[in-house]
Amino acid sequence: MTKAEIVELVYDKLGSFSKKECAGLVDLTLEIVKETLEAGETVKISGFGNFVVRKKRDRVGRNPQNGEEILIRARRVLTFKPSQVLKHALNGEE
Amino acid sequence: MTKSELIEAVMTRANITKKNAELVVNTIFEGMVEAMRKNERIEIRGFGNFTMKNYGAYEGRNPKTGEKVHVPAKRMPFFKVGKDLKERVNKS
Repeated sequence: MTKAEIVELVYDKLGSFSKKECAGLVDLTLEIVKETLEAGETVKISGFGNFVVRKKRDRVGRNPQNGEEILIRARRVLTFKPSQVLKHALNGEE
Repeated sequence: MTKSELIEAVMTRANITKKNAELVVNTIFEGMVEAMRKNERIEIRGFGNFTMKNYGAYEGRNPKTGEKVHVPAKRMPFFKVGKDLKERVNKS
């Protein structure tokens, strides 16, 4: 599934909007989610899951090719945790 | 941010009715759930990809009681963050 297909679904649901407007609405929704995550805030979508920004500390890693030690800097990473409802929907427990 | 807060934000910024904002947000996520049900991969440029992963059954243990439990095979979505969003999240 691509974004274009999601735009189609939204276009079918919303009566009075053009396809272009629907594309704009999908982009806006995704942009709001991205801005929120960028600010470090969790985004919780009930029935779907949570997008969580996690802080990772500095750590020493190793280049697997030559065994050299390298410092992996503290960073922020995005993780997705599927909701119970989604897990059940995908595994036949309605 | 919760789904209702996302709906409010879409409503305000797009200047559309609440009902339409709800339709937009719900259709996006329900559409993705439908794709996952069909084991379809979801690719959203600038955001990330969801791929379905299958996990085999295994014998687990209840960590509290030590009792053996059978964990059946399951499938779960795996999210890989897109390059653009990955950088935005790390930057600020």
